[in-house]
Amino acid sequence: MSFNIVVLAKQVPDTRNVGKDAMKADGTVNRAALSAIYNPEDLNALEQALRLKSTIEGAQVHVLTMGPARAAEIIRESMYRGADGGYLLSGREFAGSDTLATSYALAAAIRKINKVDIIICGRQAIDGDTAQVGPQIAEKLGLPQITYAEEILDFSKREITVKRRLERGVEVVKGALPMVITVNGSAANCRPRHAKLTLKYKNAKTVSERQASSTDYTDLYETHPYLNILEWGASDIEHEPQWLGLSGSPTKVKQIESVVFTAKESKRLTPADGEIEELIKELIANHTIG
Amino acid sequence: MNYYNNNPALKFQLSHPLMQKIVALKEQNFVEKDQYDYAPRDFEDAIDNYERVLEIIGEISAEIIAPNAESVDHEGPQVINNRVKYARGTQENHEALAQAGLYGMSLPRQYGGLNFSLIPYIMGGEMVSRADAGFANIWGLQDCAETIAEFADENIKAEFLPRVCQGETCSMDLTEPDAGSDLQAVQLKATYSEHDGVWYLNGVKRFITNGDAHIKLVLARSEEGSTDGRGLSYFVADNNFDHTIKVRRIENKLGIKGSPTCELVFTNTPAKLVGTRRMGLIKYVMSLMNGARLGVGGQSVGVSQAAYDEAIAYARERKQFGKAIIEFPAVYEMISLMKAKLDASRALLYETTRFVDVYKAYEAIEATRKLTPEERADYKEYQKLADAFTPVLKMFSSEFANQNAYDSIQVHGGSGFMKDYACERIYRDARILTIYEGTSQLQTVAAIRHITTGNYLKQIRHYEVQQINPEFHSLRKKLITMTTLLENSTNRVTETKNPEYIDFQARRLVEMAGHIIMTYLLIIDASRDDMFRKSAEVYQRYAEVEVRKHATFIKNFDVEQVDKYKIA
Repeated sequence: MSFNIVVLAKQVPDTRNVGKDAMKADGTVNRAALSAIYNPEDLNALEQALRLKSTIEGAQVHVLTMGPARAAEIIRESMYRGADGGYLLSGREFAGSDTLATSYALAAAIRKINKVDIIICGRQAIDGDTAQVGPQIAEKLGLPQITYAEEILDFSKREITVKRRLERGVEVVKGALPMVITVNGSAANCRPRHAKLTLKYKNAKTVSERQASSTDYTDLYETHPYLNILEWGASDIEHEPQWLGLSGSPTKVKQIESVVFTAKESKRLTPADGEIEELIKELIANHTIG
Repeated sequence: MNYYNNNPALKFQLSHPLMQKIVALKEQNFVEKDQYDYAPRDFEDAIDNYERVLEIIGEISAEIIAPNAESVDHEGPQVINNRVKYARGTQENHEALAQAGLYGMSLPRQYGGLNFSLIPYIMGGEMVSRADAGFANIWGLQDCAETIAEFADENIKAEFLPRVCQGETCSMDLTEPDAGSDLQAVQLKATYSEHDGVWYLNGVKRFITNGDAHIKLVLARSEEGSTDGRGLSYFVADNNFDHTIKVRRIENKLGIKGSPTCELVFTNTPAKLVGTRRMGLIKYVMSLMNGARLGVGGQSVGVSQAAYDEAIAYARERKQFGKAIIEFPAVYEMISLMKAKLDASRALLYETTRFVDVYKAYEAIEATRKLTPEERADYKEYQKLADAFTPVLKMFSSEFANQNAYDSIQVHGGSGFMKDYACERIYRDARILTIYEGTSQLQTVAAIRHITTGNYLKQIRHYEVQQINPEFHSLRKKLITMTTLLENSTNRVTETKNPEYIDFQARRLVEMAGHIIMTYLLIIDASRDDMFRKSAEVYQRYAEVEVRKHATFIKNFDVEQVDKYKIA
């Protein structure tokens, strides 16, 4: 039986290890100073998807991501861990998307993928922390949703049992497929990249990536179809232009404020960049900021 | 963090000119590229494959194994119902590496391996050891599968090798209460049952690392009435089969506490003969031990690196008398020497690994077709170099790991003596390195014949004529003088023709050769990449006084004076 699992994943700036260059003077995130990583909770989601796949014969996991050309890396990273392939949704039409426009575009892409049995994504991305995209997609597709999932406990006869991690405890719920599940960071860590899969898929590329690089092995992509990562632009999905990108995004950032804490404990620092960076890391680690 | 990406010295070793030859021998015109979707298409592709896998190991080492090291050291393994239960962190480390497909790295693809050369495998061992030397034993015992691949028949290979690649662990069951360094004394009995058509093992093994492994390679006495090494054969036993192998106890050790060192009782354990009878010790265990010694070389360099990492981080952070202690000559000299020893032992590690790689690759080819006379000569040449370099590597890298661990605590001062800092664990973990898989003293025994036959000297002369950066010509001049001292000392000792006297001075001669070899390697490396310049210069100074020290000792010594050292 075919069983299609779609994981939604996002490439994000690594806001967990920010230094003093993390913010630009205008208060926006300085993406150039931060490395691009796989959104951590999306990795938790991928792990749940891969585990589910291993219990269902013939199940496949595909990763859907929206972002610039380099976001194809997220799909490769997923394939190294056991995903079967993925789709990159990319194009200037999507630029400036807030959560509403993002979920609109992703929902349209999922409709195009067709026959999706379950959609699994991280609870939220570390660059926005909204936790809105997963639930919005469920609403747009008219699907039930289970949020804050920590573990898929059981799956049988198109019914899924999920443990949710809530503020004051856990809750076990059941739901019928198809549905959307958003996974909490407390779920199992994602498995590491697998050596053989990494070597098998290392040349997997989107069309744009192939055009941009001067790589050899051009014959590879004909003889090994699994190396072609599907890339979709706005014209590939059914949409109304006004709902995409900036025009589809009602969220407007009015102002960004730099919050200054009033100290209760004092700590003396020498005016060295290294020490300041250490302090920032310490404050993030103990959740004073971030 | 990633222990591969943050250590450019590893990437540097992958760019060594000999890698072309090694990959060519391993991949045989890249014939497997159409058969296996993960096989390389050409040399660059092969090196890229190595790097990608090293990145995975580097990440698991830094992100999973290293953070687990402290709790594993505290918890250690337990014996429950005669079976070993790993510490939680050990189990987690093992599962991560197994899930990542990192067992069976150098095994042929037909059995599920990656068919990697030894260079990336030893680099993996170095990184795992940098994270946790004790855990490196469990991962590193995949070495055992090499002897199955080399010597066992096809049925045994097909039964066991794919399981190793799936992440089943191995152990080499050699030592017994009365057979440690002297393995000829092994007593564990192997009896062939005509009725069942299998061998049965009975007896006791002691000090067996990872003793409750799934797959066990056992040295046993198959020839009743025999008393020496020629009565021993090599067996593979499946520990998943039943409960005929019992873990009686786990040793309570000074270091590498996560690695279970077991006493085992075999009671009618069914086993299969690997290779031919009577060749157990003479051929297979010797091969196994050579592989294991190379492995300890990698482990030692990993420990040296960890000791250095801790020392330099602390010395930069710790302030006394108004400044970071690294600014004081007594401290920065110590740390520079640590780095020089680290770089020197790493240079020797990968030089030795390349030699082993070439000859092992020929050996594998020889199993499928006859070698041409030129290939055969090349094979023998590299085998000789591997034989000569392996004991020097094992001895120096393990001794340097201990010296660096000692100095790492010294840099920490009083804090280093407390359990709060990793350097005390590293110090305890390092201590076994000069002992197991052949003590430093036994490495000297293996190495001294290469002094007397001139093998080291020949290789030193080969290094002498290598193209180097002209800035290092003055260092080479000093090395030529040091080599003369080695030659003179060697002659002085060997012309006595007194075996006991040669043994008495052996360590000094082997050390002299080792220091000269490592300095050359550093100069050659520094000529290719400036990052080794400082270590080349620092090490040369250190090596020179060590060589002169030994030369003076030998020069001022008469054969009869050995008696003064004898203890009644």
